[in-house]
Amino acid sequence: MATEEMERLVQREYKQGFFTEIESDTLAPGLDEQVIAFISNKKGEPEWMLEWRLDAFRQWQTMREPSWAHLDYPPIDYQSISYFSAPKSKDDAPKSLDEVDPKLLETYEKLGIPLHERAALAGVAVDAVFDSVSVATTFKAKLSEAGVIFCSISEAIREYPELVRRYLGTVVPTGDNFFAALNSAVFTDGSFVFVPEGVKCPMELSTYFRINAANTGQFERTLIVCEKGAQVSYLEGCTAPMRDENQLHAAVVELVALDDAYIKYSTVQNWYPGDEDGKGGIYNFVTKRGDCRGARSRISWTQVETGSAITWKYPSCLLTGDYSQGEFYSVAVTNGRQQADTGTKMIHIGKHTRSTIISKGIAAGRSDQSYRGLVKIAPRAEGARNYTQCDSLLIGDRCGAHTFPYQEIGNARATVEHEATTSKIADDQLFYCRARGISEEDAVSMIVNGFCKDVFQELPMEFAVEAEALLSVTLEGSVG
Amino acid sequence: MTVTAIRPDAPVPDQALGHFSAGFDAQAPAAFAELERLRQRGRAAFEAVGLPTRRIEAWKYTDVRAIARADFVLADQQGGHASPRGAELALALDAYRMVFVDGVFDAERSALSGLPAGAEVAPLSRYLSRGELPTGLASMVDERASAFTALNLAFTGEGAVIEVGRGVELDRPIYLLFVSTAAERAVMSHPRVILRLGDNARATVLEHFVGESGAANLTNLVGEAFLAPGARLDHYKLNEASEREFHIANFKIDQARDSHFSSHSLNLGGALTRNDLDAELNGEGARTDFWGLFFAQGRQHVDNHTVVNHNVARTYSNENYKGILDDRARGVFNGRVYIKRDAQQVRGYQNNANLLLSDRAEIDTKPELEIYADDVLCSHGATTGQLDENAVFALRARGIDQHTARALLTLAFAGEILESTQLPEIAHRVERRVAGMLPDRFNLEGLVELGE
Repeated sequence: MATEEMERLVQREYKQGFFTEIESDTLAPGLDEQVIAFISNKKGEPEWMLEWRLDAFRQWQTMREPSWAHLDYPPIDYQSISYFSAPKSKDDAPKSLDEVDPKLLETYEKLGIPLHERAALAGVAVDAVFDSVSVATTFKAKLSEAGVIFCSISEAIREYPELVRRYLGTVVPTGDNFFAALNSAVFTDGSFVFVPEGVKCPMELSTYFRINAANTGQFERTLIVCEKGAQVSYLEGCTAPMRDENQLHAAVVELVALDDAYIKYSTVQNWYPGDEDGKGGIYNFVTKRGDCRGARSRISWTQVETGSAITWKYPSCLLTGDYSQGEFYSVAVTNGRQQADTGTKMIHIGKHTRSTIISKGIAAGRSDQSYRGLVKIAPRAEGARNYTQCDSLLIGDRCGAHTFPYQEIGNARATVEHEATTSKIADDQLFYCRARGISEEDAVSMIVNGFCKDVFQELPMEFAVEAEALLSVTLEGSVG
Repeated sequence: MTVTAIRPDAPVPDQALGHFSAGFDAQAPAAFAELERLRQRGRAAFEAVGLPTRRIEAWKYTDVRAIARADFVLADQQGGHASPRGAELALALDAYRMVFVDGVFDAERSALSGLPAGAEVAPLSRYLSRGELPTGLASMVDERASAFTALNLAFTGEGAVIEVGRGVELDRPIYLLFVSTAAERAVMSHPRVILRLGDNARATVLEHFVGESGAANLTNLVGEAFLAPGARLDHYKLNEASEREFHIANFKIDQARDSHFSSHSLNLGGALTRNDLDAELNGEGARTDFWGLFFAQGRQHVDNHTVVNHNVARTYSNENYKGILDDRARGVFNGRVYIKRDAQQVRGYQNNANLLLSDRAEIDTKPELEIYADDVLCSHGATTGQLDENAVFALRARGIDQHTARALLTLAFAGEILESTQLPEIAHRVERRVAGMLPDRFNLEGLVELGE
C-alpha cells in the first residue's frame, strides 16, 4: 500500500467522531478500515504492519463465524464493540484494599494469594501497590543481562520490527480462522518474548508478569520465539478473578521453537463466568498454536480453565521438526451455565515426532463441556507417536460432558492411542472419606484434585498450589 | 473406480441429480396411491438434501463423487439374469434363504419353506403387489438423513420383510443373499429390510453381499429393525462385493425393554463402502453389542459410522471395531455414544483398533461421547499402529519365519471379532478371506486352509 493511501486513511475524519476531548483516545463502536488505520497509527506502527492488519481485516470480512463447536450463545454484534480504548483512568479505581469488594478479598484469601499481590489484582491504582515497582525493575535487569527480550507486542513492533516481521503470522496466518483474522486486524495488547540462541531464560516469565499485573486486553497478541537451544517458561493469566469489562475476548498466541528449543506455556484462566443464568460472562475465543520448527524442539501447553461463560480454545502444536515433541495438559472446570469447547491439535509432520495429550474435564451445575481434538499423522511422519487420555467427571445430573477426538493417520509406522472415560465421583470413594471424618465438600475437593493430578504437576509450583485451591472455589456449591 | 485428488469443497455435479431423476421417471409406476406418496416423499427429500459433499461433517472423509458421476439404471429395466455366480459365492449355510439379484427377488434360488408358525418371511414386492405397506416401513429411518436414505425411499420396491411373532425362536438363521452382476450398464438397487421381533422372540439374520468380478453397481440398503421387550436379534453383515462395487447401508434398530441386539459387521469387499448403524435403546435393560471388522486394500474405501443412543436409564452398549488397511486403502470409523439427560446408570463402552500394513494406507477415526447424565460409566479407546515387534520376535524365537509370524498376528488381530460370531461358517469364510487377502509377502500356506 502506498504511503499516501495510508495517510489518507489515517487523516480522514472518523465519521462517528470521538467521544470527548478528555477521552479522545477511545473510539466509538464499529469496525472498518479507518478504525484499523487509527489503531496502527496510535501504536506508531510501520507501514507493513498496517498493511498486514488491513489484509487480515479484508479476509475477515469474507469469513463466517464458526458454528461447529458444541456451544450455544446469542449472536455477537461486531459493530457494537469499541476496538480501541486508552488505558483505563486510575481515578475510578479503588484507592486501597479497604475499598475493594470484601467478597473478592475473601476469594484471594482462599486462593492463598500473597498479600502484596492482592492490591494489584483487585485493580488498586498501581502507585498504591506496595513494593511491586522495585521488584519488577530487578527482574527486568536480570532479563536484559541474559539477552532475553520481553516487552509488549506494540513496543516490539516499534523496537524490533525485523524480528516481529520474521515471525508474526507464520504460525497462525492472518486468515487462519474467523477469530484469528479479527485479532490480526485489531489487536492492541500482548507480549513479545525472544530468547536468543542457547539461552535459558533465567526466570519463569510468569513471576514478572504477575507482579506487573498487566491488564489483559480484549484482543491480545502474543509471540514467543526461542532460538536454537533456548528455553523459556511463560505463564499467562492468573488464578485470581480479574477485573475486566470486555465481554468478548479473541486472543492469538504464536510460539516458535527452533532446533532443540523448549517452550513451556502455562495458562490459568479465571474470567467472570456470568451469573447463575449465565448472563454477562466472558466469551473467550482463543487461537493458540506452537510450531516446533526445529529438530528436537519441544512445546508444552498446560492450561487450567475455570472461568468464562464461553470457551473456544484449542492450543495446538505443529510438529514440523524431526524428533520434535508436543504436549497438552488441560484441566477444564465448568459450573453454573458455563460452556467450554476445548482441546488440542497435534499435527505430526516430521519424522519420529511425539505428542502427549492429557485432558481432564469436570462439569458441574448446568454446564456443558466438550473435548475436541485432532491428531494428524502426515504420510512422511514415520515413527510418530501419540498418546491421548481424556477423562471427564460429571458432578450433578444437569450437566454434560462430551468427547470429539479426531484421528487422521496416514503412516503405517506411527502409533496412536486414545483413551477416554466418563464417570462421576463414586459413592464408595465419598463414603471412604466421610467415614474418616472428612466433610463431603472436602472429600469432593480431594477426589477432584486427585483426578487432575497429572495436569497440576505440570504447572509451575506456586501455581499448582493455587490451582488446587481454585478448583475448590469454582466447584463451591455444586455438591450436596 | 477412479480416484482423483480430493478437494473437500468441490461440489457434487448437478448431472448426478439428473441421473437419479431419470431413474425416478423410468421406475414402474406405483401400484397404489400410498406407495406413490411414499416414493414422492423420498424424491422430494433427495432433491432437497442432494448428494453429500465433504463439507458435511458426517461425510468429511468420504467422497461420493464417483457415485455422482456414474449413471446407474434400475435392474428390472434390463430383464432377468440367466445365471449369476450367486450360487458359488453363497455360503453353505443351513438357513431360510432369500436371494436378490441386482435387487430383484429370485424366487427360484430362495428357500423359505418350513418356517415355524408365527414367523413370516417374504419379499417386500409381495406386500406391494397386494397393495399393502408392511408395518414399520419408513417409520424409523428418516429419509432426510442423507441422499441415500432418500433415494432408497424414492425407489421403494423390493427387499425383505421378516416378522417373528411373540415368543417364537427361529431354529435356523435367515440368510439374505444379495448378488451383484457385472452388466454392460451399472445398475442400482435400493433394497429395504424390515425386521420385526415380538416379545421374547429370537432370530439370527445374515445379510451377505457378493458380486461377480467387475460388477460396478450401487447397492443402497436401508434396514429397520424393531425389537419388542425381551426380543433378541443377532444380525450379521458380510460384505464381499466386487472390488468395483459401491455399497451404502443405513441400518437402524429400535429396542424395547430388555431386548438384546448384536451386530457383526464384516467388511471385505467393495470399492466404496459406507455403513451407518444406529441403535436406539428405548427401554430399560436393553442392550446392544456392535462388533466390526473391516479389511481394505488396493484403493478400497470403507467408512463405518455407528451411533448408540441411550435414551433411557439402565441401558448397556458395547462396541468393538477393528480395521486392517493395506496398500492405499482408506478406512473411516466414527462411533458415537449418546446418553440422554436422566438416562442414569448407563454403561457404554467403545473401542476401535486399527492396523496399518502399508505406508500409504490411511485411517481416520473419531470415537465420540456425548453425555448428559452423571451416574454413568463410559469409556472409549482408539488405537492405531502396526504389529507388535515383541510378538513377532516371540514367534520368530519359536522358529516361525518372519512372514508367517506377521500373517498369524494379523489374523489374531481380527480373531477377537471373529470369535464373537455364533455362526462358524461365517467365521471360517472371513478367516480364509482375510488370510487369502494378506499381502504376498505373508505366506500362510499350510497354516490356514485357503480357497473354497
